[in-house]
Amino acid sequence: MGVEGIGARVVRKEDKRFITGKGRYVDDIKLLGMTHAHFIRSPHAHAKVKGIDSSAALKMPGVVAVLTGQQLVDDKVGNLICGWAITSKDGSPMKMGAWPAMAPETVRFVGQAVAVVIADSKNLARDAAEAVVVDYEELPAVADVHAAIKAGAPQLHPEAPGNQVYDWVIGDEGATDAAFAKAANVVKLDVTNNRLAPNAMEPRAAIADYDAAEEHFTLYTTSQNPHVARLVLSAFYNIAPEHKLRVIAPDVGGGFGSKIFIYPEEMVALWASKKVGRPVKWTGDRTEAFLTDAHGRDHVTHAEMAFDANNKITGFKVKTYANFGAYMSLFSSSVPTYLYATLLSGQYNIPAIHAEVIGVYTNTTPVDAYRGAGRPEASYLIERLMETAARQLKVDPAALRRANFITQFPHQTPVIMAYDTGDFNASLDAAMKAIDYAGFAARKAQAKSQGKLRGIGVSCYIEACGIAPSKAVGSLGAGVGLWESAEVRVNPVGTIEILTGSHSHGQGHETTFCQLVADRLGVPISQVSIVHGDTDKVQFGMGTYGSRSAAVGLTAILKAMEKVESKAKKIAAHALEASEADIVIENGEFKVTGTDKAIAFPMVALAAYTAHNLPDGMEPGLKESAFYDPTNFTFPAGTYICELEVDPGTGKTSFVNFVAADDFGRLINPMIVEGQVHGGLVQGIGQALLEHAIYDVNGQPVTASFMDYAMPRADDVPSFNLSHTTTLCPGNPLGIKGCGEAGAIGASAAVINAITDAIGKNNLEMPATPDRVWRTINAA
Amino acid sequence: MYQTTYHRASSVDEAASLFGKSSEAKFLSGGQTLLPVMKQRLASPSDVIDLGKIKELIGVEAAGDTLTIKAATPHYDVATSDVAKKAIPAVAYLASLIGDPAVRYRGTIGGSLANNDPAADYPAATLALGATIKTNKRSIAADDYFKGLFSTALEDGEIITAVSFPIPAKAGYAKFPHPASRFALTGVFVAQTKSGDVRVAVTGASQSGVMRVGAIEAALKANWSPLAIDSVNIPASGLLSDIHGSSDYRANLIKVMAQRAVAAAG
Ligand SMILES: Cc1cc2nc3c(=O)[nH]c(=O)nc-3n(C[C@H](O)[C@H](O)[C@H](O)COP(=O)(O)OP(=O)(O)OC[C@H]3O[C@@H](n4cnc5c(N)ncnc54)[C@H](O)[C@@H]3O)c2cc1C
Repeated sequence: MGVEGIGARVVRKEDKRFITGKGRYVDDIKLLGMTHAHFIRSPHAHAKVKGIDSSAALKMPGVVAVLTGQQLVDDKVGNLICGWAITSKDGSPMKMGAWPAMAPETVRFVGQAVAVVIADSKNLARDAAEAVVVDYEELPAVADVHAAIKAGAPQLHPEAPGNQVYDWVIGDEGATDAAFAKAANVVKLDVTNNRLAPNAMEPRAAIADYDAAEEHFTLYTTSQNPHVARLVLSAFYNIAPEHKLRVIAPDVGGGFGSKIFIYPEEMVALWASKKVGRPVKWTGDRTEAFLTDAHGRDHVTHAEMAFDANNKITGFKVKTYANFGAYMSLFSSSVPTYLYATLLSGQYNIPAIHAEVIGVYTNTTPVDAYRGAGRPEASYLIERLMETAARQLKVDPAALRRANFITQFPHQTPVIMAYDTGDFNASLDAAMKAIDYAGFAARKAQAKSQGKLRGIGVSCYIEACGIAPSKAVGSLGAGVGLWESAEVRVNPVGTIEILTGSHSHGQGHETTFCQLVADRLGVPISQVSIVHGDTDKVQFGMGTYGSRSAAVGLTAILKAMEKVESKAKKIAAHALEASEADIVIENGEFKVTGTDKAIAFPMVALAAYTAHNLPDGMEPGLKESAFYDPTNFTFPAGTYICELEVDPGTGKTSFVNFVAADDFGRLINPMIVEGQVHGGLVQGIGQALLEHAIYDVNGQPVTASFMDYAMPRADDVPSFNLSHTTTLCPGNPLGIKGCGEAGAIGASAAVINAITDAIGKNNLEMPATPDRVWRTINAA
Repeated sequence: MYQTTYHRASSVDEAASLFGKSSEAKFLSGGQTLLPVMKQRLASPSDVIDLGKIKELIGVEAAGDTLTIKAATPHYDVATSDVAKKAIPAVAYLASLIGDPAVRYRGTIGGSLANNDPAADYPAATLALGATIKTNKRSIAADDYFKGLFSTALEDGEIITAVSFPIPAKAGYAKFPHPASRFALTGVFVAQTKSGDVRVAVTGASQSGVMRVGAIEAALKANWSPLAIDSVNIPASGLLSDIHGSSDYRANLIKVMAQRAVAAAG
């Protein structure tokens, strides 16, 4: 692997600038003549906008303009789109209401923008916003899915009667019913998957700069996928054609999915900068983040699992209500369908599955992909059910899982996904060993003698990552392909620039992607730089989410590298007067195999650019690009086991141990992988114990600040015990599966299974706050 | 934040006179409450008078039977003060539980008591120990000082200069932190005075702010032990109820935290 190659724990190159405060985030950028936007947002969950009086604000110092939703409509700026078409079981397309970037007539969630003030400074814009008078007529609101689908509930969109977006099904209902008819045992469970606010450290921000002479826009924005943003902004929102719109996503401080989507604020900033003839900057504050960044999860599910007399699963039935909030965000429709129900087989052999998913509008912040996106909801459901089944069937939970594991690969599940490889026994074994599963009973007894309730919880997760084969997702309704592109530019002196469509917002691509080059060419990573996040520099690319950057993005780089190496070998062979087939690359040199004849890589690069002595007919230069479209998803999987204690007096949970045994295929940089797992686990634990975005019955958010929304802190989580059991992914040449979401997918079930084990009661919802746990312990 | 004029006072008298001269002044101590409120535009003082650099307002002293913490002393200084740890360890411990390190480095006892947040920690110690709040005008007994949520006996422009705690025979504090804010979801301070009296104050739990709990005081007076509290009944009525803790949960916490505070007091 070499000291900097694949598998090496290389310290992150990008951290020098982040740790020394030299990162360049959108809010750090200041343009000449820049104005500042402040949005006027609805305080009501549902209301008619009767009028907006901005006359007083317009007279205030430094105010450039006050723009409203009606002006957006007049200027024909398009409504926000949802990019994945889902078809209901009756064959009808999903039913969507229009989502204008600022509401001209009706607001449907607290925080929805109705107007924007553009002023010389942020403070002046805010001052003027207080002088804008918006006349609202309040309408009845509904925040809860069950309430929203009841007859007589307040209706959000005329296009979606009954607030229902779709009623979608997957799997074989007849076969599943037949399995239940013959079942020896049926295990039932109702679970809620709590709504979360993503809370990236850097709030969203945008700067739009319109150049009237060139009729060209530049947008600096906090995006995980700047090319997709450009495509959507030009193709659907009528902002500008793609070649007249440059989107730059510079350093981005975390995304977790919430920065995939194109939000109203970017659209308005672009439109406004043309209207006022000056650059327009908007930086959200934390309250705006809570109110307007797409939320995650929010499912209510009833599930039943059928077992035969040997405790083998024979069927699985699921009915889920997914709360979409007030509008359909960019990829929201796919999250509770193709990213959720297709994973319902878990790690298990399940002959028949049937799932129904009902998407529902409510007067709440729109919900979309958040770290794991659909897969945490699936994994939580299955793993809570397996634990419930073990308790009901009176068998050891690990043994019940083992008895039902898929052991033959490839494995076609009844819900589309075809698992390529894995070794579920290996990760279960590793985790059980790491936590000393066998010794648990003694530890539980010991804890009991000290007045503590000790529990252990297992979670065996699987996810579909490396998103995604374009043809497959296209056939399921996706509006885009999910390949990735790369370009490898070798400079005349042999330094290398890698241009990638992946986007790093915490993942460490500037290090891991260089490691591939170091591995193949023996070039030090200091000689390689990664260029990303600028549509003017990088060929079209699809961005970063769904644990896809290594499995898809890095494979595209590999493909381009192979082309570079092939051309470089030809040049080296020509210079060394040898046959191309005899050239090997070793430690940064191109060698004639079996001889001491060699030429250093920088000399090959120089030869390519001086072009004094190239093989006949060869073009000068050394620069290649590639597009890579995966042939299948990848399937990271593993086992998490959590051991904890509950204080019966207060219901408070304290961790004793948390082990994670993951199979991510090949690891490029184990240190960075560990960081990804730690972060994911903390988010999963946060969901299990602390986090919950709550609305009251009128749709008012009650957790719109960190004083109420409990984000996990260092002392809320244990020190993690990580290990890896590896099966290489056969679908890509590097054997990579991806590691970005696993922790968030697998952790929450382990925690809840452990708490319910500790307290001896099975029904406990997330977040398992001390109050809730105490109440459950003391319930009759 | 709205525009405001910042003044750095160098003495209590100067601070008081600056206050008298401006239309809507606010004193600034650690700024851990005032500044966030101003940033959210929920307060718009014309003038902000900083007390934080006034030398006579900073320090922890013990003399005879009294521990005195001057008003602008940050929580961190109290938590790490050898004087406080020796005189009333429970007070130093309480200070070490406030918020997070950043809050403890800036937030002060004077600001905390002037603000009288119903979930703040210091009010519990102040009331349970029967402390005296010293101001630039008078001395106020703790029993007369707390007037419900965010409200105190302080008059407009009155400056807290110090808090004097009688050193008790025994004292203990147990806090169940709010999962998000880390204020007290319920905190209980128990004290046994040198004359044998018992005072118990609870913060975070009541709809009317910090309060004494007579039933627990009586039980502990009869028998200073955690077990003595087992049979005490704490009604949920009048207690706060929110997404992090229902009123009956808080009623339970009052008992459990009181027991742990007694155990800690020894
Ligand atoms: C994230 C966070 C977590 C926190 N957690 C806790 C916690 O766990 N427990 C807890 O008890 N507290 C907590 N606090 C509050 C903090 O500890 C401070 O005690 C509190 O903010 C007030 O003190 P200050 O010095 O910051 O006062 P400031 O914010 O400066 O002032 C607060 C008010 O008091 C007035 N004032 C200040 N000093 C005086 C004076 N000497 N005389 C008269 N009036 C005065 C001011 O005019 C203002 O109205 C937390 C705060 C934050 C931001």
